[in-house]
Amino acid sequence: MDKFLLRNVGVPDSHHIEVYLSRGGYESWRRVLTSMQPQAVVDLVKSSGLRGRGGAGFPTGMKWGFVPQGVYPRYLVCNADEGEPGTCKDRVLMENDPHLVLEGIAISSYAIEAHLAFIYVRGEFTLSAERLEAAIAEAHAHGFLGKNILGSGYDLDIVVHRGAGAYICGEETALLTSLEGERGNPRLKPPFPATEGLYRKPTVINNVETLANVPLIVQYGAEWYKSMGTEKSPGIKLFALSGQVKRPGVYELPLGTPLRTLIEEYGGGTLENRPVKAVIPGGSSAPMLTAAHLDTPLDYESIAAAGSMLGSGAVIVIAEGTCIVSVVRRLIEFYAHEDCGQCIPGREGIAWLARILERIEAGQGREEDLDLLLDICDGLSGRSLCPLGDAVVGPVRSSLKHFRDDYLAHIRTGQCVQPVAVTIA
Amino acid sequence: MPFSEAAQRELQEIIQRYPDKRSAMLPALAIAQREQGYLTPEAYRWVAEALDTSPTWVASVASFYTMLRKEPAGRYLIQVCTNLSCSLLGAKPLLDHLRQRLGIDVGETTPDGLFTLTTVECLGSCATAPVMQVNDRYYEQLTPERIDEILAGLRREAGTCGDDRTAEGHS
Repeated sequence: MDKFLLRNVGVPDSHHIEVYLSRGGYESWRRVLTSMQPQAVVDLVKSSGLRGRGGAGFPTGMKWGFVPQGVYPRYLVCNADEGEPGTCKDRVLMENDPHLVLEGIAISSYAIEAHLAFIYVRGEFTLSAERLEAAIAEAHAHGFLGKNILGSGYDLDIVVHRGAGAYICGEETALLTSLEGERGNPRLKPPFPATEGLYRKPTVINNVETLANVPLIVQYGAEWYKSMGTEKSPGIKLFALSGQVKRPGVYELPLGTPLRTLIEEYGGGTLENRPVKAVIPGGSSAPMLTAAHLDTPLDYESIAAAGSMLGSGAVIVIAEGTCIVSVVRRLIEFYAHEDCGQCIPGREGIAWLARILERIEAGQGREEDLDLLLDICDGLSGRSLCPLGDAVVGPVRSSLKHFRDDYLAHIRTGQCVQPVAVTIA
Repeated sequence: MPFSEAAQRELQEIIQRYPDKRSAMLPALAIAQREQGYLTPEAYRWVAEALDTSPTWVASVASFYTMLRKEPAGRYLIQVCTNLSCSLLGAKPLLDHLRQRLGIDVGETTPDGLFTLTTVECLGSCATAPVMQVNDRYYEQLTPERIDEILAGLRREAGTCGDDRTAEGHS
């Protein structure tokens, strides 16, 4: 299919403004500034059906609409703290097409009447941060940012803010706490950021890919956007395909594309053509699916109906022969490492899960441990301060549902019977 | 080692970007780390003074973030991603290869001070796994042979005292 989000990726010097302009860049921004009121932009995005691409899939226009009337200043924050294991799509946009991201931020800031926007880039993404900063300087020089942009009277500055290595800061309230210069502790909601966010002012937080869709919707229209994807999940999505496939990569596809198409046609199938054992369809927090789910369309509703979530669109493929206990342990150790330590379910529960998984993998588990794992999940799910608790239970519950035999083999034989384990320590 | 005039100016410029100077905390700590290689009590005092807060508060914030180092590292900090997508494509054997080539274990620094080897959680480069980061640079789609080339390149660069990031350009 034609590429839209990735249309400039692979074009030489695509990160420079001359190339971006030569390919129609900033025309949407110009059109918005010269012919649209902020509310008209909100209405356009609402009618396009665009949903948040960071993981939650919340309707973007509706999120913008939650900003209370008459309260200023307001801030737009671009969440570029891409860290959900499996997810590596925003980096592609920031490195290769930073001006598309900036144009999306500019239009969205105008829509919510913000005059200062921040891009919170994960600390490790040095090249992304450098490309964005260079692009901001270019955009200023061309009059697309700064004071009285293109003579419209509208002012906007964009600040690149680099994180420093903390997965939890991708959670929107933790991101705001971090951006305010504190430890990246999540906050209780409500209040939601739209009413009380950065510096306790109305704040809209959108993912990089979400914002990158906005110039396209202005350019081609809401009807065009809805002509792709499904009725409830319209439009296009970047899918980061990783794991045991022949051609991992970031692919742009309409929502609703079958999982099998992504893995087989785009990914070239599994390594050594081994059968698919498990698929994590939406980043590490998404419950595992199995080979029986390969015909599931990749849209929010269909993946949810299959028992998982589309999340960030990061699809991790695990082939037959790989030990699921080792996979789940690796993921839970990640969450234990990244937990902020504020709430007891998060702090104690995740560490407890990790210890039990370690002993099961080491062949020292008991059959009762499987119920204990589920019991701890019940204590975590919905009971933690932030969504991390729910993220953790996804891999544990789903693996116990679909791959209980892998656990039992470890417990009963005292060792791993699979050829491949992903154990590090 | 006192902080340079340039660092001082850079920090003051960054503070101006934010409605609240406290937001400059992470950039300030990043500057301090760049200046000294890792964060010292002196760094916490420097940042605290610039942001009107206490050194204890700054140290508390710093302790939250893994990229902010509290102890020195070698000239090249090698961080091997061991999260799922990388591990599914052989992060463990690559880590073992690095251990063997460098003669050190994870968390250690070579006696010549050139390399520190660590593991790291997901670097956000899953579709080009396996991946490692050396200082600011990503190295993707790694193989043992590629790692040998990278180490040789870094050793050459260190021998000629070149800039840390000019050896091979960005990947």
